[in-house]
Amino acid sequence: MAKRIDVSGLTAYYGSHKAIEDISMTVEPRSVTAFIGPSGCGKSTFLRTLNRMHEVTPGGRVEGKVLLDDEDLYGAGIDPVSVRREVGMVFQRPNPFPTMSIFDNVAAGLRLNGKYKKSELNDIVEKSLKGANLWNEVKDRLNKPGSGLSGGQQQRLCIARAIAVEPDVLLMDEPCSALDPISTLAIEDLIGELKERFTIVIVTHNMQQAARVSDRTAFFNLAAVGQPGRLIEIDDTERIFSNPSVQATEDYISGRFG
Amino acid sequence: MSHAVLTDKRPSTLRGARLPKWSPWAIAAGSIAVAVGIGLAAGLDSRVQWGLIAAIVFVLGTYVIAARVEGGRQAKDRVATSLVWVAFLLAVIPLVSLVWTTISRGMKVLDPYFLTHSMGLVADAEPGGGIYHAILGSLEQVGLATVIAAPIGVLTAIYLVEYGRGRLAKAVTFFVDVMTGIPSIVAGLFILSLMLIFEMQPFGFAGSLALAILMMPVVVRSTEEMLKLVPNELREASLALGVPKWRTILKVVLPTSIGGITTGIMLAIARIAGETAPVLLLVWGNSLINANPFEGAQASLPLYIYQQYANSAGAGAAYDRAWAASLTLIAFVMILNLVARGIARWKAPKTGR
Ligand SMILES: Nc1ncnc2c1ncn2[C@@H]1O[C@H](COP(=O)(O)OP(=O)(O)OP(=O)(O)O)[C@@H](O)[C@H]1O
Ligand SMILES: [Mg+2]
Repeated sequence: MAKRIDVSGLTAYYGSHKAIEDISMTVEPRSVTAFIGPSGCGKSTFLRTLNRMHEVTPGGRVEGKVLLDDEDLYGAGIDPVSVRREVGMVFQRPNPFPTMSIFDNVAAGLRLNGKYKKSELNDIVEKSLKGANLWNEVKDRLNKPGSGLSGGQQQRLCIARAIAVEPDVLLMDEPCSALDPISTLAIEDLIGELKERFTIVIVTHNMQQAARVSDRTAFFNLAAVGQPGRLIEIDDTERIFSNPSVQATEDYISGRFG
Repeated sequence: MSHAVLTDKRPSTLRGARLPKWSPWAIAAGSIAVAVGIGLAAGLDSRVQWGLIAAIVFVLGTYVIAARVEGGRQAKDRVATSLVWVAFLLAVIPLVSLVWTTISRGMKVLDPYFLTHSMGLVADAEPGGGIYHAILGSLEQVGLATVIAAPIGVLTAIYLVEYGRGRLAKAVTFFVDVMTGIPSIVAGLFILSLMLIFEMQPFGFAGSLALAILMMPVVVRSTEEMLKLVPNELREASLALGVPKWRTILKVVLPTSIGGITTGIMLAIARIAGETAPVLLLVWGNSLINANPFEGAQASLPLYIYQQYANSAGAGAAYDRAWAASLTLIAFVMILNLVARGIARWKAPKTGR
């Protein structure tokens, strides 16, 4: 069940350092939105505010609103743990749990939340691994440790782990930056399939990737070093890559930057 | 072939003269010979002096020869290596000598009878008797101390690493540091003062409390280090799946570090198993079997060793028993260490395919 994200006036701090300022945007359900922008402009920070992972960092603070289908994630009485069950996340570096087997890694979200029926677990794990295009490669060694897979396989394992808990939104922070072109392609295909079911937000430094996988693209930038990052514009991917309305976007995309 | 032709044409800048592989051994043998020569000539009768001379000659000789043949940088490298070797030997020699002495003297009376009988009414000068009561006392006191100190220590470490921010955490860290430095006799006196307030007689559990005070900071420190080694990414991965923090700690952080934590606890146990002072103050010692740690004086291995030795006047049956008990204590600590290693290896995060 994909959900819409509506962000308004979002500002995030690390202690006294303001990392991003006054960001507003809408992310449509069942679509892929790509975040692009130079290093340090706050893409990861913004992404982490969308499932309340930002406050896990010591000193992390957020102002503003993030509506998930009309419910403010930062409203009073909202449990960050429940938020993270609905908004899943895949990290830049694959991080399977080293003490768990492949099967246990995928089942981790359900098991650790204590909400599953034993009979369903096998089916969910198989479905998730198939969803992450990993089933065929690991079906014979589900009981082997997850850290014994290749980097690309580990990343797909992490995606399987994230989709096993059936979130409404899937956040991906540079999911392909450590992968070879073939694994990258596999994950891009996967994103195309996953958007039928989830709302997907992906951070990427790869322009072609943004152009290939996303429906909408948001460009972030910072005015100067030490200044907070801002959203410059968000538009249909086609428009951003052919005819953006802001000059800075065009400069960044065409490589004439800084 | 072309390689050979190339190298023949120009002298390689990557290759220089090297001492042969066996040269360190040759230099070592040479320096020992020199040391023996000097020792005999100067009439030094202490073998320790001979050894020190050999060590110095070895380091200097290595430097001079290597500097001649290989040049300055390699010479420094070799001197560093030889210093490490000398330090290693200096550390190992006393250890080996200690283990050897203990085994050779301890084996005399160490037999199943010795392990399964108490002293009873055997007099100090008489042969016979055993250490069953002391083993029992040690196991109970150390076991109870571990039951108290390990959970508190691990929980404190979890608090410090996973939750601790600000003043309270700083204060706890400070007190743990202070506790690390408490001499064992002071921990014993602390419990003794409590016992005197409540007019209690010596009993095993009082010793356990003092041992727990000594054990706790060691457990906190080692567990803290192990928890810090768990990558933050794993915590974030778990939190991002919507797992509450306490479950993340229980199901992800602790399993990842459990091997190291157990090793730390085992080493802490090994440390308190040899404590004598608080046991002497609080448990008093007993030559009869007392299986109840909550009432009446008990024996313990280190205390037994001390008392037997103190009453032996340097020879005789009590003296042999002291060594045999020492051997038992060392074996106990060794077994704990081996168990710790086994657990660490068994529980270590699995890699490989
Ligand atoms: N844990 C942290 N503590 C303090 N400051 C941080 C922390 N993480 C990031 N920042 C700061 O926040 C700003 C935004 O960082 P962020 O990681 O969001 O950038 P990014 O756009 O994801 O960059 P990249 O493309 O290199 O991943 C940077 O100025 C960075 O120095
Ligand atoms: Mg980033």
